[in-house]
Amino acid sequence: MSQSYNRGLIEDFGRWREFEAGMWAWIFHKFTGWVLIGYLFTHIAVLSTGIPAAGATEAAVSAGNDVYTQTIVSLEGLLLVRVLEVGLLAVAVFHMLNGTRLLLTDLGIGLGAQDKSFYASLILTGAITVASVPTFIAGAF
Amino acid sequence: MAERYSSFQKGGRMWLLQRVTAVFLLVVLAFHFFLLHFVHHADEVSFLASRGRMESLSYYSLMITFLVTATFHGVNGVYNALINQGLTGTKRTVIKWTLVAASVVLIVQGIRTANAWAGIGLY
Repeated sequence: MSQSYNRGLIEDFGRWREFEAGMWAWIFHKFTGWVLIGYLFTHIAVLSTGIPAAGATEAAVSAGNDVYTQTIVSLEGLLLVRVLEVGLLAVAVFHMLNGTRLLLTDLGIGLGAQDKSFYASLILTGAITVASVPTFIAGAF
Repeated sequence: MAERYSSFQKGGRMWLLQRVTAVFLLVVLAFHFFLLHFVHHADEVSFLASRGRMESLSYYSLMITFLVTATFHGVNGVYNALINQGLTGTKRTVIKWTLVAASVVLIVQGIRTANAWAGIGLY
């Protein structure tokens, strides 16, 4: 028979010194989730400049003089935006890899290695992020 | 009898939907990043190129599905996180419906934008 015990408030961050790999995975997953949903609202807001751009003349659209193209080009011209995009990639990759780990855990796969798969998610996120930097920064200078 | 901890509750439809959307998003988000950062580069984005992609019905419908599933997964994730934080009672109801309203605004605005690109008059 399984044991019942008081887990305390799940997001009691004051207990962080007691956290093990699984708890850190859980916290990072929540944190990256908050960042991603925040970004989704920002992303749609920026993309919405496509609505007034649809009313531009064909000549303006062909020349890239519409408000959407101009907004994206000026944002992508900022080094800060490029750096933030690398951060977004890191956040998204971790959320996806750890999410895969969670889906497998829900299916009872790899329960005994859940700490190792968390560390693997972190290392793989770092590797993919570093490897993507040249692509994400291209043209910023 | 000892209580067994589980995040699965009353029919668990939302629990299941969170996981089904996760599987879909894993594939489509990877595709989205790959297409718009590695095949096309961020500084090459233009209304013309976005319009070209959105005029394809398969791409348009994939992006609308992407928007709806990402909104559900994200907002439901926030709601679950707040419940774990101890959100209950009236506050829980108010926040739930605020999140529902925010989701509707996001999805409507996203569809308007997609329609503007796709040349669909309704935007």
